[in-house]
Amino acid sequence: MFYLIAALTLGGALAAMTLKHLVHAALSVTVAFAGLALFFLNLDAQFAGFAQIIIYIGAVAILVVFAILLTRGSELPKDGVFSRTWFVGLPIAAGIFAVLGWAVIASSKALPSETAAPAVNVHDIGVALVGRYVLPLEIVALLLTAATIGAVMVALHEKERAK
Amino acid sequence: MGSPLTGYLIVAALLFSIGLAGALVRRNAIMVLIGIELMLNAANLNFIAFWRYSPHPEALTGVMFAIFSIAVAAAEAAVGLGLVIAIHRHTGTTDLDKMNRMKG
Repeated sequence: MFYLIAALTLGGALAAMTLKHLVHAALSVTVAFAGLALFFLNLDAQFAGFAQIIIYIGAVAILVVFAILLTRGSELPKDGVFSRTWFVGLPIAAGIFAVLGWAVIASSKALPSETAAPAVNVHDIGVALVGRYVLPLEIVALLLTAATIGAVMVALHEKERAK
Repeated sequence: MGSPLTGYLIVAALLFSIGLAGALVRRNAIMVLIGIELMLNAANLNFIAFWRYSPHPEALTGVMFAIFSIAVAAAEAAVGLGLVIAIHRHTGTTDLDKMNRMKG
């Protein structure tokens, strides 16, 4: 089960980063997001899993497709999809993976072993959100409002000036 | 490979590296944003996995951090794609190699 979801997620991510067509890439990244939601459900975090499905598959994927259509990204660029400096970027990413993988393998003995599934339901999460985590909740609400207004302002600005 | 946590951490590290490689290598600004989203998601996977195998999962810290991180990532995606659309309207391109002026 774990290897199946891992293959789905990593395959989707890898396809998203290598496919030429932007629309194909957006669809593959949706597959990767779905795999991550399955991971969350597999780890007994139901609320985070369904939030992942609603926000990433429902909202962010649609937003990306709209951005691709609005910027005419479906046309293939003439000079390749990869940057001129790809030979710098790839070793950096490979090096970071080597460091992270080494850290995980080297500390794998200290990691906790199998534990019982935590009995946490949405009720507990709701109580915690308006109790202990109420200040972060308010800040996130403010951030989302500011981000919505900011995104509209940024996207509208040029059109107003052109009039 | 005694702990089941190791597999999740390795997957998250791979996902982070794929996202980083995409963000560094792709020309299109939208694909760079998608790479950043993948990196944020890899961090979320780590939070949830550590929460699941922690000695006190009833404290809900990992899940809360992941939920707030998802909210911040959604805001980041909205603003980032709005910026990409504004830049495309201004310069007519989303190719990052061609965006070499700070003042249009």
